[in-house]
Amino acid sequence: MWLINSSVGRKVVMSVSGLALILFLTFHACMNVVALFSRDGYNMICEFLGSNWYAVAGTVALAVLIAIHFVFAVILTLQNRKARGANRYAVSAKPDRVEWASQNMFVLGIIIVLGLVLHLYNFWFNMMFAEFANGGMAFATGLSATDGYGMMQYTFSCPVYTVLYLVWFAAIWFHLTHGFWSAMQTMGWSGKTWFNRWRCIGNIYVTLVMLCFVVVALYFAFCGSCCSATC
Amino acid sequence: MAKNISFTIRYWKQNGPKDAGHFEERRMHDIPDDTSFLEMLDILNEELINDGKEPFVFDHDCREGICGMCSLYINGTPHGKTERGATTCQLYMRRFNDGDTITVEPWRSAAFPVIKDCMVDRSAFDKIQAAGGYTTIRTGQAQDANAILIPKDDADEAMDCATCIGCGACVAACKNGSAMLFVSSKVSQFALLPQGRVEAAKRAKAMVAKMDELGFGNCTNTRACEAVCPKSESIANIARLNREFLKAKLAD
Repeated sequence: MWLINSSVGRKVVMSVSGLALILFLTFHACMNVVALFSRDGYNMICEFLGSNWYAVAGTVALAVLIAIHFVFAVILTLQNRKARGANRYAVSAKPDRVEWASQNMFVLGIIIVLGLVLHLYNFWFNMMFAEFANGGMAFATGLSATDGYGMMQYTFSCPVYTVLYLVWFAAIWFHLTHGFWSAMQTMGWSGKTWFNRWRCIGNIYVTLVMLCFVVVALYFAFCGSCCSATC
Repeated sequence: MAKNISFTIRYWKQNGPKDAGHFEERRMHDIPDDTSFLEMLDILNEELINDGKEPFVFDHDCREGICGMCSLYINGTPHGKTERGATTCQLYMRRFNDGDTITVEPWRSAAFPVIKDCMVDRSAFDKIQAAGGYTTIRTGQAQDANAILIPKDDADEAMDCATCIGCGACVAACKNGSAMLFVSSKVSQFALLPQGRVEAAKRAKAMVAKMDELGFGNCTNTRACEAVCPKSESIANIARLNREFLKAKLAD
């Protein structure tokens, strides 16, 4: 199977799964932005994405996608370390045009996975999982498992969580600024002209998506429970 | 007006691929700064031989930047740092300052085992080239020069790709030990021309398979390769190789 056996194939798997995850992040960011305008609207989405078969199927598909992306990243990293040889350079100078993110994708990926575990604990565990396992009540907060808005107020009222989430968002931003154009390059949809275009499009797109997450987190951190017109 | 500089050279000594290897140091005195880097190493070796020591082994041949034999990792950069890409033989001592310590290492990659000191075995590139880096054509009388019309832009780009001298700086610079810039340049030089299109799919598959078999790493698009390429090969070639490979696999 060339998607597993060849170096280009393995990179294609990384690219397709990565692009699909960027698409998911886009939906997630759009969903979060609703919380800035309407508590009811946001909770309606939470209910729609709760313990329904299609939402569970989507969650499983997403988990498979993340698992594939992560497992392939581990395989590629191990193969690349082996290809580098046993001896490392005593002196290394980084060329100017080499992005920091491009050389630290795996480390950034580890930070993202750790942030994901925290995120699943804060939200998925208290929402979708609680709907099945705790009779529709969140485990920690005393809120309804479909009250996503309340869950955000509760989570971001803790400054430590807010800082951790902002660090997580920064790691995702760095990861995606390289990941986006790199995926296009791997799929062969690049060239001398499109390389710069994809980089520009990717940077703008990823920055906008991540800004949505940051704005929502900061909104709930600073005025989620006091100055919201929808409270 | 040339000036003389004195510096310390720290060079890698390794007695074959199994040896652990180590650095040795020597103080070099009053080397004219219009000396080329390889001439400086010749001076070093003369001094070592005069002292009854074993000379430092490194690859070199044409010394005019076209053969791709010289291959030294100098102060953390393949071929040493210059404004524009250049091979080690085109590097001059005016790039260094009086009192510097210059560290010279071999290309470090599992696919390029050390033969001796800074001479590495790059026959893996020959094997990749032999796997498909050619066109199959009938010999016989040459056809008319204009029998196959090729747009000037395509001919120019194919020529740019063909200027890859296979020195291996791309592999040396890559944190993944990937040979994609080399392989993609060799695939591109044919894929851009009608004579090469006939076997384009077969070539892309065969050369990528051989590259993987020989233990080169997976490209993660860090762009370190194009930053150090002495012939300024572009990663647009890598995108083209990916395209050729994917098209070929999807057509199977």
